[in-house]
Amino acid sequence: MLALIAGVALLPLALANNYHYEIAILVGLNAIVCVGLNLLIGYAGQISLGHAGFFGIGAYGSAILTARYGWPPLAALVAASAAAAALAFAVGRPILRLRGHYLAMATLGLGIIISIVVATEDRYTGGPDGMSVPPLALAGFTLAGERAWYWLVGALLVATVWLSLNLIESPVGRALRALHGSEVAAEVSGIDSARHKLLAFALSAAIAALAGALTAHYAGFITPGKVTFLHSIELVVMVVFGGMASTFGAVVGAAVLTALPQLLTVFKEYEMVVFGSVMMLTMIFMPRGLVPTIAALAARRRKAP
Amino acid sequence: MKLHAWFAAALLAVSAAAQAQAPIRIGAFLSVTGPAAFLGDPEQKTLELYVERLNADGGVLGRKLELVSYDSGGDAEKARTFAKRLIEQDRVDLIVGGSTTGETMAVVPLVEAAGLPFISLAGAVVIVEPVKKWVFKTPHTDRMACDKIFVDMKARGVSKAALISGSGGFDKSMRAQCQGVAKNHGIDVVADETYGASDTDMTTQLTKIRNTPGVQAVLNAGFGQGPAIVTKNYRQLGITVPLYQSHGVASKQYINLAGDAAEGVRLPAAALLVAESLPDSDPQKKVVVSYKQAYETHFKQDVSTFGGHAYDGLMLAVAAMKKAGSTDKAKVRDALEQIRGYMGTAGVVNMSAQDHMGLDLTAFRMLEVRKGDWVLAR
Repeated sequence: MLALIAGVALLPLALANNYHYEIAILVGLNAIVCVGLNLLIGYAGQISLGHAGFFGIGAYGSAILTARYGWPPLAALVAASAAAAALAFAVGRPILRLRGHYLAMATLGLGIIISIVVATEDRYTGGPDGMSVPPLALAGFTLAGERAWYWLVGALLVATVWLSLNLIESPVGRALRALHGSEVAAEVSGIDSARHKLLAFALSAAIAALAGALTAHYAGFITPGKVTFLHSIELVVMVVFGGMASTFGAVVGAAVLTALPQLLTVFKEYEMVVFGSVMMLTMIFMPRGLVPTIAALAARRRKAP
Repeated sequence: MKLHAWFAAALLAVSAAAQAQAPIRIGAFLSVTGPAAFLGDPEQKTLELYVERLNADGGVLGRKLELVSYDSGGDAEKARTFAKRLIEQDRVDLIVGGSTTGETMAVVPLVEAAGLPFISLAGAVVIVEPVKKWVFKTPHTDRMACDKIFVDMKARGVSKAALISGSGGFDKSMRAQCQGVAKNHGIDVVADETYGASDTDMTTQLTKIRNTPGVQAVLNAGFGQGPAIVTKNYRQLGITVPLYQSHGVASKQYINLAGDAAEGVRLPAAALLVAESLPDSDPQKKVVVSYKQAYETHFKQDVSTFGGHAYDGLMLAVAAMKKAGSTDKAKVRDALEQIRGYMGTAGVVNMSAQDHMGLDLTAFRMLEVRKGDWVLAR
């Protein structure tokens, strides 16, 4: 935790220009989504292939409320996140009774429905070409510039990680981990599995929506590209790559997968080949993800004399 | 002391020379891969080819050109990040790029804030309307396509037309523009049908249009395989009124897909598509034939109008820099705005403070499919 705070505080020393800040902000926003998603995938052991949908509800919800209805951005942001949580709660009740492939299919379907609505309701969303989003403002003060955004996103990331770590160490967190181990065993020991799964689902949806709304206000423009199935997959890959059931793994996964394509542009047309190879080699040699594997290695080192 | 002075003078001379020889950096972000690759790929190839050619001819203002390009994969957020990279890190002098409207619009706030000339290669009207200080574009707009089609319809005595369009960004934008301008041409849109992006049969929509009384012509706004299917279904249903397609299917691909059904279909397109069959008196012939031959001999691929947009973008940028006599961003922008009578692959460009595209309806040619090829409609 301290390492993360120090990292966020000291990183600007290494950031030379606004483009570097931009990458850091995008890493932060993705990391926030992944920390939330990790609660669901890594701890509660439920898969979601529709998280881009919640991200989209946050982004478009906040964008539409501010741009079309003149809401103050902060209120729109909160309302959009609450709406995503409410939707997750409502649909989570029936679909979280499904398991494995069936749950994956149901969340996938939900994500695709949201994506289609965003692309077709062009009166509100601007359709496939996207829409402009007003900047984030509070009481006449407009949040502008990469540096200001960096500190906001950095602070929110620290807060999300703190929340996640605390939740995992609480009775709810222990119940979630028990669910991941064996749902039957957890129920036998008196854990209300439906309630806990639903909680993790709604919480991760709200966090994704919050990050979505922030992304929209930061970028000033949003297209349905961020709501597609592919983006859902991207988010899951970040969590798995960094290491499931590791909050810092989610942060590292988001950081690597957001920054890597920017570094790989030097390979020109071979960019995707190199990117794919990095992913494959990591998953072959570190099947548990980056952070857990490295942590295990470090622990073994320490034990050996 | 004397030695120091000499040294300083030498250093100054060296740095002045370096200044003169530093390349002019042209930034680009294009959808080279992904769903819009059919736009970005020829654009990227065209930019590479012509930057190389310009350099072989001695560059611009005595300096070499350097192309810094990134693949945005059709993703607006990636496009924005790459644009920031071009502005902040690569410190380019000008940007030519943005294959799709979404990517372009996501970048507009950045170039406006940074004060950097940006020539977009995307279609929609919203890019230049309202006029944005630093943003220009080279392709025709969908509204111009609608105008061109309605003018042609009117000439054939049509006053009631039906509209059928897909659900992609291009389709929707064109549908809205056509509905908007139809009245100006005295044309009533009496039917308005849409189909999904991956539909494989449009007979339902076309049957509705056939059963709508008074339809004298049908306009299909769309690109990709949708319009080819519409064309086939159109003939299968035996509809005999004229069918118009949009500039979105202005490629050989469309004729190959639709086959015999495409016979007699009309569409507005850039002169590039019929380069060789233009009359020698046509002032545009030299430009389009030379671009077509250069592209086709170099890449062994059919030329497309999209690559032509990139050619126009680069040539406008070069013309503006020569006119401004420097790469100073504000001067280049002013020079761009003052370009008149530039003959490009898209048509004659007459920029002004109110018009950052500069094309008029003469830029579009009305083409007709005859014996499996495009010919100029008479």
